[in-house]
Amino acid sequence: MAHITIQDVRKSYAKTEVVHGVSLEVQSGEFVVILGPSGCGKSTLLRMIAGLESISGGQITIAGKVVNDLEPHERGCAMVFQNYALYPHMTVGDNIGYGLKVAGLPRAERTAKVAAVAASVGLTEFLDRRPGQLSGGQRQRVAMARAIVREPAVFLFDEPLSNLDAKLRVQMRHEIRRIHNQISATSVFVTHDQAEGMTLADRLVVMNKGVIEQVGTPEEIYHAPASVYVGGFIGSPAMNFMGGMVAPKQACVALENGCRIAIPQALAAAHAGHLVQIGLRPEALNLVPAGMGAFDATFDFFEELGPARLYHFRFEDLMIAVLSSDKPPVQVGQPMGLKIAPEAVHLFSADTGKRLEASQKATESVLV
Amino acid sequence: MRRAYFKNNWVAALMVAPQLIIVFTFFYFPTSQALYWAFTLEQPWGGGNTWVGFDNFAAILGDAYYWDSIWVSIVYAIGSTALAVIMALTLAIFADRQLAGYKLYRVGMIWPYAIAAPAVGLAFRFIFTPGAGLMMFINQMFPDLWNPVDNGTQAMGMVIVAGAWKQVAYNFIFFLAGLQSIPRSLIEAGAMDGARVLRRMRDIQLPLLAPTFFFVLVINITDSFTDSFGIVDTMTAGGPSRATDLMVYKIFNDGFQGLDYSGAAAQSIILMLLVIALTFVQFRYIERKVHYT
Repeated sequence: MAHITIQDVRKSYAKTEVVHGVSLEVQSGEFVVILGPSGCGKSTLLRMIAGLESISGGQITIAGKVVNDLEPHERGCAMVFQNYALYPHMTVGDNIGYGLKVAGLPRAERTAKVAAVAASVGLTEFLDRRPGQLSGGQRQRVAMARAIVREPAVFLFDEPLSNLDAKLRVQMRHEIRRIHNQISATSVFVTHDQAEGMTLADRLVVMNKGVIEQVGTPEEIYHAPASVYVGGFIGSPAMNFMGGMVAPKQACVALENGCRIAIPQALAAAHAGHLVQIGLRPEALNLVPAGMGAFDATFDFFEELGPARLYHFRFEDLMIAVLSSDKPPVQVGQPMGLKIAPEAVHLFSADTGKRLEASQKATESVLV
Repeated sequence: MRRAYFKNNWVAALMVAPQLIIVFTFFYFPTSQALYWAFTLEQPWGGGNTWVGFDNFAAILGDAYYWDSIWVSIVYAIGSTALAVIMALTLAIFADRQLAGYKLYRVGMIWPYAIAAPAVGLAFRFIFTPGAGLMMFINQMFPDLWNPVDNGTQAMGMVIVAGAWKQVAYNFIFFLAGLQSIPRSLIEAGAMDGARVLRRMRDIQLPLLAPTFFFVLVINITDSFTDSFGIVDTMTAGGPSRATDLMVYKIFNDGFQGLDYSGAAAQSIILMLLVIALTFVQFRYIERKVHYT
């Protein structure tokens, strides 16, 4: 059981700081996914936990012990690398058992453990092969087995699925979750793939440009993104954004062209006169005949997804996507009404990009 | 696989010609001449030669000095190769750890290879001369300890050091490139598995360096048989009492000093066959143990 505490951790290379003071608590046995675009510092953070990168500032504790100056193997972590990092000159069995061999475990005990772990990930018949003779999915399993066999307190994953094809990726995702539940280690999983993040995580950490944007369960993050960035990053197809100003009397946001989008009264009252970005999820928008919705937009084209269609509309110079499972008939170039429930509108401050809630007091940049 | 080809064969021939002319003029032609001379007896001042069959070879192989020379060459080959490989590997491992200033050091390490063998020999002759510098100091503390002029073993050691020093730079480049082509994540995986620096080197880096190691070995051994002339000539001239009379030096000595062209030609044929055989053996038996990834 290992609880990880990350306190104001920073990382700089020469003069460039890439991780700007990140703080995070990971509960024992929790599965935390750190999600962010490439270059956001998520891998660096993971490598600092692992001990593969030095920590420029702040503190990391694992199971109550400060690990800043400990060697990687003294931290009780095991890691699965993006490219698997299997030893090409060793057999699968030797790969899995290398850590145990270094630790000085007797051969018989080692063989037994390796065999048991190999069986649990379905590698028994491959123990004598070299990694070069395995498929991508099998290599992935070897990397997992190598991590599992050491019975780590903390399991670290550095984008382990990104080299697999789509089908295998889903399959391995399930397997990782299953293994996590079995061995009850604390897992930290880094990825840029939001589907992996949403499906695997107990809690999701969204990072951008070296800072944490939001921490929460996948559901919280999806339904209440803390910033424009999170709103746009999480969710596929992506959220639609429009700029406007909160008009409290009509309980709406007035767009630049005069269109009005209704929002809850309390929310409008709390942020009256505030310049905002509104975020609309494609699935929250409903298609209605022209003139019946909040505003009309011109139909451009749609993408067939099977159970639903993704309709693309032009609205002024914006593209707006609408996800609809009703698949209403539309004609290219014709206007359609787009309707939206007031509660489904996400409101973000235009200057800070932060989420605005009814309970908050509007403090910044109120235009009266 | 698609290949680029020339529709006009003349253009192709023209492009290949310079290379072929060079190879034929400086390699195949001299080799064929040596082969011809090896089976004839050349008059010292020119003016015709007589076919003598295998007489030259019989004379050489019956000569105790020649067998000594083969033995000395083998000692030199093993000694200089081992020393050059071990030194280069050690240095490359340090350079690969990217300690402060390693880039400068990496460039500096390459220079010795650009120095001509006779210059290396001359430099080391000064370094190892018993009457001056470091060696004089040692001789003062332990009188008459170091004197390669009359101690054959010391002379051989000296030549080996000079030959290895020159070869280190070449090996270093290959070892460093080999080490750097090992993915960083493998080393990190080793670190996560609990292996410390030396253990990682033994279990991960060195095995993965095997192909480079094999290549360097073949090149070094071949080089030590054929390319050691300059060093021997400037440092010991084969002495004392033939203690450093390597095969390649003996060819020069017998041919151009002793004017026994035919004997020297026969020796060079034997040397060539020996190098071919050695290379074959290495490919046959050592390469099998090499694991390519």
